[in-house]
Amino acid sequence: MALLVSGCSGLGLRADDQSQPPPDIILATTTSTYDTGLLDQLIPAFAKRYGFTIKPIAVGTGEALTMGERGEADILLVHAPAAEQAFMAAGYGTSRKAVMYNWFLLVGPEKDDLGIQTADSLATAWQAIADNEAQFISRGDNSGTHQKELSLWQTSNRQPQGSWYQEVGQGMAATLRIADEKQAYTLTDEGTFRAQQQSLSLRAAELTDQRLRNDYSVIVVAGSGPGATAFSRFLISEPGQSLIREFRAAGYDKPLFIPDARQ
Amino acid sequence: MELIFEGLSRAVSMLLRADSELATILWLSIKVSVGAVTLALAVGVPIGTWLALGKFRGQRFLVAIANAGMGLPPVVVGLTVAVLLWRSGPLGAWGILYTPTAMILAQLVIALPIVVALTTSAIQSLDQRIRLEALSLGASTIQMVKVLWREARLGLLAAAMAGFGGAISEVGAVLMVGGNIKGQTRVMTTAIVTETRMGHFDVAIALGILLLALVFFANLVLTYLQQKQRHD
Repeated sequence: MALLVSGCSGLGLRADDQSQPPPDIILATTTSTYDTGLLDQLIPAFAKRYGFTIKPIAVGTGEALTMGERGEADILLVHAPAAEQAFMAAGYGTSRKAVMYNWFLLVGPEKDDLGIQTADSLATAWQAIADNEAQFISRGDNSGTHQKELSLWQTSNRQPQGSWYQEVGQGMAATLRIADEKQAYTLTDEGTFRAQQQSLSLRAAELTDQRLRNDYSVIVVAGSGPGATAFSRFLISEPGQSLIREFRAAGYDKPLFIPDARQ
Repeated sequence: MELIFEGLSRAVSMLLRADSELATILWLSIKVSVGAVTLALAVGVPIGTWLALGKFRGQRFLVAIANAGMGLPPVVVGLTVAVLLWRSGPLGAWGILYTPTAMILAQLVIALPIVVALTTSAIQSLDQRIRLEALSLGASTIQMVKVLWREARLGLLAAAMAGFGGAISEVGAVLMVGGNIKGQTRVMTTAIVTETRMGHFDVAIALGILLLALVFFANLVLTYLQQKQRHD
């Protein structure tokens, strides 16, 4: 209880501590890079090569960016370009580099009476969901995928409101599970969906639209130590990029992430 | 239903294989929760005794706080401790966020009110005459307290069990202050969350079964100790 009382005296400590850098590097990351198992490949490879210890905290892009703003993380692996640009413009980061990409997928029940999976355009599909009040499960957690979903409602001129639209506030795999149980539609990142696909009955719509591109960037937070920069360089280096290219999830024999570094 | 059987067989095979990742997670769970409860007992039993015997203004209010503290939501504890331990927080200079030390600290905050409240009620439910008798025989305060603890040992062991149960079963606090880092701060409950999130339901259920077994085993040992004391 004494802990609760002393909460207000915390300003200014960080500046004093700059002389002794934190022993470990904190990586705040979107859940998809973690839950697919990709970081379990990249972090040990990096540690072996450079000797830095990385502590990955899987939180979702919104929270990761906030952690960066507050200086609670040294490096961010995120996928919400608009929010990232704002982050950089505000001076919170020293570098932002493209690492890899895949696609967002609109997934839904196999029995697709509304023809959403065969819709001829992204806008038609989204409008069909809203107009028919087909059940839609939203992440509702300010993650990169959630931000993308909201921007798609906006561009298709529909309001995601009503009992058909349900925000669950959970990670991608849990959200997919709920959509599967409820036979509802949802927007997912390709990596998590492919890694889970075996145990889901959901199908992905065949939409090709540049707006569904899912770009992952690495951001080095201002004021972080050399280890953070080293990890950022490692991700976009040839060894890092080839680890991403070769990474596979069980039961899916294509890459989940396509390396995309432009050095 | 099928998943539960899959989980069961998975649990057995993980144990038989002596899975090293599992061993790390199990061991850390035990270390963190036993550490937190040991500290909670070291601090909480004296405080609880003091509250039980004390006659001063505000005594009832403090007991009420301890009783209410038994219902502290772990996720609120986790958030508070995390904010304090942030680099920008008042205790940031300690540099212990995302370490087992921070997890012990958070679970200590959860277990302490349980230990204090149950100690208070165990001591208070003793017969008044025990204390008076000890004092009339010329016992010092320390000797008297030792007598009371001996007499209240069943209740004190119950406090230890409840504190341990509260610590080992919570997920909200260790997730936030530990960060659930594989090989470093991942414990049974946070591993279950992660495996569920990854869609590995069979592994998650297997871990759940093992966690139940661990809690049962710990309580079995304490219960034997408690019941043995009863017959002595």
